[in-house]
Amino acid sequence: CANGINAKYVSKKISKTRWRPVSSSSLQQPDIFATGSWDNEDNSISIWSIGENGVSSMDDEFEGDPQLLCEYKHNGDVLDLQFLDQDRIVTASSTGAVTIFRHHHNSQTLSVSKLWERAHHYPCNNAPCTGVVCNSPEIVTVGEDGRIMLFRADQEGVLRTIEKADSSAIHAVTFLRTTEILTVNSIGQLKLWDFRQPGNEPSQILSLTGDRVPLHCVDRHPNQQHIVATGGQDGMLCIWDVRQGNMPISLMEAHTSEMWEVHFHPSNPGHLFSCSEDGSLLHWETSSNTDTPSFLQGGRNTSIISRSAIAPAGGNQSLINAWLTGDSSKGHLETTHMLPSQMLSVNSLDVLGQCLVCGTDGEAIYVNRHVPI
Amino acid sequence: MEEVDVEPTTTPIPGFDSNQKHLGFVWGPGDILVYETIYKASGGSAGGCPFVHEVRKDEDIYSPILRKLFNESHHIFVGLQRIREDLPSKNKKPQFVSISKNYRSVIRACMEELQQVAVYHNDSLGNTLLSLELIWNLCEVLFIDAAPAGSLVLHLLDWVRLHKADVDEKAREVLASESPAEHQAYWDVVISYVLQGRMDEARQVLVKQAALQPAARVMFKLLDNLLMKMPIFNPGETQTLTEFDVKWRHWREEVDHCLQDQSFASNRHLEDICKILVGDEDVLLEYKELLSTWYHFLVTRLLFSHPTVKPTELHYYAQSSMHMFLDTRSVPEPLDSILLAAFEFDIHQVIKDCSIALNNWWFVGHLTDLLDHCKLLQSHNLHFGSNLREFLLLEYASGLFTHHSLWQLAVDYFDHCPEFGRVYLELQIERVPLDTERKALKVIRICEQRQMTEQVRSICKIMAKKALRNNRLGSALSWSIRAKDAAFATLISERFLQDYCAKGTFSDLDLIDNLGPAMLLSDRLTFLGKYREFHRLYGEKRFSDAAKLLLSLMTAKIAPHSFWMTLLTDALPLLEQKEVIFSADQTHELMFCLEELTSGKSVPTPDKPMQDEDIETTKIELLRLALARNLAMAIVKEGTVEI
Repeated sequence: CANGINAKYVSKKISKTRWRPVSSSSLQQPDIFATGSWDNEDNSISIWSIGENGVSSMDDEFEGDPQLLCEYKHNGDVLDLQFLDQDRIVTASSTGAVTIFRHHHNSQTLSVSKLWERAHHYPCNNAPCTGVVCNSPEIVTVGEDGRIMLFRADQEGVLRTIEKADSSAIHAVTFLRTTEILTVNSIGQLKLWDFRQPGNEPSQILSLTGDRVPLHCVDRHPNQQHIVATGGQDGMLCIWDVRQGNMPISLMEAHTSEMWEVHFHPSNPGHLFSCSEDGSLLHWETSSNTDTPSFLQGGRNTSIISRSAIAPAGGNQSLINAWLTGDSSKGHLETTHMLPSQMLSVNSLDVLGQCLVCGTDGEAIYVNRHVPI
Repeated sequence: MEEVDVEPTTTPIPGFDSNQKHLGFVWGPGDILVYETIYKASGGSAGGCPFVHEVRKDEDIYSPILRKLFNESHHIFVGLQRIREDLPSKNKKPQFVSISKNYRSVIRACMEELQQVAVYHNDSLGNTLLSLELIWNLCEVLFIDAAPAGSLVLHLLDWVRLHKADVDEKAREVLASESPAEHQAYWDVVISYVLQGRMDEARQVLVKQAALQPAARVMFKLLDNLLMKMPIFNPGETQTLTEFDVKWRHWREEVDHCLQDQSFASNRHLEDICKILVGDEDVLLEYKELLSTWYHFLVTRLLFSHPTVKPTELHYYAQSSMHMFLDTRSVPEPLDSILLAAFEFDIHQVIKDCSIALNNWWFVGHLTDLLDHCKLLQSHNLHFGSNLREFLLLEYASGLFTHHSLWQLAVDYFDHCPEFGRVYLELQIERVPLDTERKALKVIRICEQRQMTEQVRSICKIMAKKALRNNRLGSALSWSIRAKDAAFATLISERFLQDYCAKGTFSDLDLIDNLGPAMLLSDRLTFLGKYREFHRLYGEKRFSDAAKLLLSLMTAKIAPHSFWMTLLTDALPLLEQKEVIFSADQTHELMFCLEELTSGKSVPTPDKPMQDEDIETTKIELLRLALARNLAMAIVKEGTVEI
């Protein structure tokens, strides 16, 4: 195994992996994660454990494989999955349904707690629900039908529907503030929505001036709420400042095909992770001395495309980015491949503390417990 | 047509009596659909059964544990293909051996997992995997590692030891008991160790017995000595094969002497061990149960009679061992004939027999591919144009494609079949069902990476049509852009314009306002974007810009003729403004456009209702009036000179 990472083959293509949140006060590393499968006749969501913490061995090779704790049948592909809290998981299904599952710790079983079956639909048939994001107890979902739905975990009905939010498929959603969300769609637009305002119009639309490439993922900087990263069909990583209007701060070539997920590290935002259809998982880290990473220091001169950040398989390559045409502080950006080469698509990743988990179309899960943060 | 090697197996269809009715069938990609026809076997017809049966050859592909085998071996396969061609074969041998070991460890991992769930599953799968690993291991020893004489016996010994692990279990049991030397399996353990050539372990266990019989101490010491002194060929040392042979013969004579001297006559077991050491076949055959297989018998025989056997001589001993060991009345199992073919170094026969015995192509496909990389397969072309390796891989991959999930693995296999892989992939990839956008994107990516533009187009068209049917114009447009399908983009723009004409407003403004360079994909789309821009400019009260745009839409021929009337009508409010917006020249052009439009209008048709006619004429009259007035004002304005 390369880079201290082992493959666990699970006989199902994995579409989503998510760590169960650990309370911010404890210094524990995460030990439980959930996965969702896709493209199977019977899909399922599963809960896995990576074993006791505190019993860390120096020998990477002999750390245990993830153990399956429990599994539950899921109707349709799991297109998105989020932990609502320690016990509940929300999933978005290709049948258009939004489901809340409850994980019973004592019996190690899963059960369906709530189901909104036709959350997303076309006039005549179902539309896949493509994204879900939670801020307990509120749940926001988006789908290929171009709708945005707002639910509350403890209420039966729909809290709010934004009809005709988008004429194309919405691919992902994230919270910007407690009442604002950001969506990305298949014609390459970022749209800001404010729930305090009535009506079906976004408060802002941002997009690239060049080719409008479909965007697949979006994530917000944990500390600076106006900084957002997106990835799309062309594998480029874009960093945006939503206050600043229409243009991204920087564009970086990252992958050779669709970028499926992008995540800032929740506690060390100088680190960014992205995974792609081309089978690679990149770890971006900045080593400048300032608090803001270099790719955020762009001034009014925006959208300078860096040289390729693609490293050869298994190797590190440091990159000095010449973004800042007037700025003397040179930020330093390093990208590392975290997985062995020749893999099928990496569909999902999640990072918490020092642990990284990802799932692939090769029906394997990879866990790395010593991500260099 | 070639003759059939074995009788084909019959699969009974439940509820069907072949004596009564004829069966109808049709081939599918990996299965057959079978139904009962109305025709009776004896002629005539009668009502039929409403069921359609699906008969599948390969059930294993749906086993969740075997899926891990497919995925892991796919990873190894792809890695193997990427080994550089320019290295000489000599340097690549260790790499190939290591890849072979990888494959085998994957099989073993699956076997272990199957054993854990053996209670619920049919054990036959576990047994099959066991045999597969056995065959693969032998092929690795004989073909890939290609051990020469001397090492050959040692490698074969390892092979046998790996597959006869119950000896250690028994030994543990015996040694853990209170009085090991009196355990009923004690001598079985000792002799099994000797049969496997594990002299050190045998000696350790023998010591227990020696302790119990101090009187026979001399005898035990003698045997211990013989066992210790047995020469084992060491390929690393400088000792040549001949030197080893001489040493070995010396030792054998010594053992023979002991036998002749009746040194062990008092203890039957010790005498048997001595006879085994000398290679006495009759005694070996007495311990059939401990040997349990003819190939174990073969290897033991070689160890004690011909340790310097050459690979080319193997088959003779293999055949004779099999005959000696097996009951002549029993039918040889498929496994036995496969192993025999391997000992005869007949690779093609091994592959052929495996293909017949197994129900999917995984094993023969991967093994043949590896052997082909080792350049061990003669490249004779089969009747249907490709070579053996490619044929098997194509079959395996085609089987994978019938699986709802494993089709993605098959793509890489097709990639590495130079002759027909691409064609197969082109045909298969279009038949993958596309339930979600995400799956369609993955399929398209696969096609794009291989420059299969036709397939990309057709998939995008399917998705675009689906989107259009659900009134998702934005999605439809995004698919047309991906396929660079101008015709479809035109279709979508037409829909927008129709909507506008019907409702008076645009739907999906977020799309049209933000078209960007995609606008250039089709003329109609460009018009749509520009027309919307005109409305925006008008809304922002930038009238002169709006006017210029409107005019250019007509004069640059971007607007379709059918829309000119609407455009001219849109021009009316601009003409009616207090200040002059259209210059004289621009007004002239507008008039020209109006003339062009009206000259095309023919005699009013009888089926056109009078009201429409009236509205049309009124509009044209209004326009003419407005244009004339505007022209007048424009001329005056332009002619005025500020003093």
